[in-house]
Amino acid sequence: MDNNNLLEVKNLKKYFYLRSGFFFQKSAGSVKAVDDISFKIKEGETFGLVGESGCGKSTTARAILRLIEPTDGQVIYEGEDILSFPRKKMFDIRKKIQIIFQDPYASLSPRMTIGDIISEPMEIHNIGDKKYREKRVKKLLEIVGLNPEHINRYPHEFSGGQRQRIGVARALVLNPKLILCDEPVSALDVSVQAQILNLMTDLQKEFNLTYLFIAHDLSVVKHVSNNIAVMYLGKIVEVASSEALYENPLHPYTMGLLSAVPIPDPELEKKRKRIILTGDVPSPIDPPSGCRFHPRCPIAKEICSKQEPELKNYSEDGKKHLSACFFAGKSIVK
Amino acid sequence: MYPENREPEAKEEATPELAESKYSRSSLYKDAWRRLRKNKLAMLGFAIIILLILIAIFAPLIAPYNPTERIKADSSLGPSAKHLFGTDILGRDIFTRVIFGSRISIQVGIVAVGISLTIGLFFGALAGYFGNIPDTIIMRLADIFFAFPYILGAIAIMTILGPGLINIFIAIGILGWAYFARLFRGSILSIKNKEYIEAARALGASNFRIITKHIFPNAFAPMIVYGTMNVGTAIIVEAALSFLGLGVQPPTPAWGEMLSESLKYINTAPWMMFFPGFAIVITVLGFVLFGDGLRDAFDPRMK
Repeated sequence: MDNNNLLEVKNLKKYFYLRSGFFFQKSAGSVKAVDDISFKIKEGETFGLVGESGCGKSTTARAILRLIEPTDGQVIYEGEDILSFPRKKMFDIRKKIQIIFQDPYASLSPRMTIGDIISEPMEIHNIGDKKYREKRVKKLLEIVGLNPEHINRYPHEFSGGQRQRIGVARALVLNPKLILCDEPVSALDVSVQAQILNLMTDLQKEFNLTYLFIAHDLSVVKHVSNNIAVMYLGKIVEVASSEALYENPLHPYTMGLLSAVPIPDPELEKKRKRIILTGDVPSPIDPPSGCRFHPRCPIAKEICSKQEPELKNYSEDGKKHLSACFFAGKSIVK
Repeated sequence: MYPENREPEAKEEATPELAESKYSRSSLYKDAWRRLRKNKLAMLGFAIIILLILIAIFAPLIAPYNPTERIKADSSLGPSAKHLFGTDILGRDIFTRVIFGSRISIQVGIVAVGISLTIGLFFGALAGYFGNIPDTIIMRLADIFFAFPYILGAIAIMTILGPGLINIFIAIGILGWAYFARLFRGSILSIKNKEYIEAARALGASNFRIITKHIFPNAFAPMIVYGTMNVGTAIIVEAALSFLGLGVQPPTPAWGEMLSESLKYINTAPWMMFFPGFAIVITVLGFVLFGDGLRDAFDPRMK
């Protein structure tokens, strides 16, 4: 195994158990939000994680940070399984892994000034004195492109994009190595999205950050990621470098997703054949047998409903291109 | 990404920027206050409350007589220049007694609600934040309290404890906790799953820190509103208890007790009943108007 993996997720599972009954609670099945997923993130890269709403992307991020305890699996950060860490050690590691949230309106406490919000991580981890903290906050506000004079303002006095910058500043204040970005631009206008994405790439270069970039918008992920994993219903169905994924998708679900990305040129848009996935994402309480995608898959055969396909390498040029499909690479355009 | 010339420009701006930011640097409470000031009814309620508190504090300076002093010659007189609100059957000046009665009402209102609020905040926070077993135990206990009608419960407790001001505090204070706990639990539940709480947890913040720094400030506004309105309720319950003879004992002046004493003379000397009754109505109205105004002021949709 190569040693430059900053984060390795191994067989991560998170099941939510449902209970019914009031006095005599019995298990009524479970929601397999994240079901046995594995991936590796190299230091300094941006790893994209895409999929439809409810496929377990955010749950994965929260499980890595132990905001929700995973049911099973390992999260290996710099060679150590942080899921086995006791409280104290986990507390220390939190300095190194930060998270940026999707909704810039919900992720900042409305009763705290942005100065308090950004200096809170330092307070919690007991770094520096009051003077140092204020200096650091001002510096960070400048780094993320906000006016340091606004340190005493409240979040509601800022726009969505500015708030997300505050969220980025909060994530940066402890000098982390890994930042989990949970759909950081999904709630923003397209023009503002570009600003935030550019800010994030600039910061990555400047501070040698590693990103786990979660999104449901493939065009956004393509713009920033080195490698991409596609999730469907709690499983990873395809992992590849971003060029390989876009040029040569192997899994029919990925093809469907890519086909849903609009092309800005109306002539091209008219000509191309779109793959329209029919139906909805099935309920994760009772996922389909075999390949979870088979009820919506245009090329599904009998075997797909009986056996679960493994995530296998289909690449010919030595680079990794994993896909979990029996008919990987088969065109689905009729 | 940050233009080079930004630095001097920012310095130039600094003075007006600061002056402006003092105005726009608005926390929720400042915003609410600004909105509250525009609400005339709420300000009327606020004025009544302030006036009442001043009267209670300076009662001995305002009142022309001693509240327990009996002037035999002046028994059962109607309102006049000598006795502004008239006198009662024992010859005590009603104006004086209404003024001193405000002390009891204000004390009961504030102390009893304070007790309810403290207990309610504590248990509401436990139930809302930790959920599961603490939640079940606390909320089922609260259900037991909800099962008693407020006044009936107060009568029961006062019967057990015996009359007296301290016991009124205890009775009303203890009975009210469940309402505060339920409300606070609800507002905590709605805040608990917000992303900024998750952000704090991702940073490794302790439960204590999350509750005190993140949840309390965000969940507290409804408690202020409910507490203010509840002061009015507590005053009414106190008056009811005193009316029934379970509360403050004569000769200490209390509005409820004055009502109960004057009941017999309602046909011959209606002023004996009118003035303490009017005092209760005005006081409760003051707190309800102010509480109503607060509720509107804290609601961001009212902007």
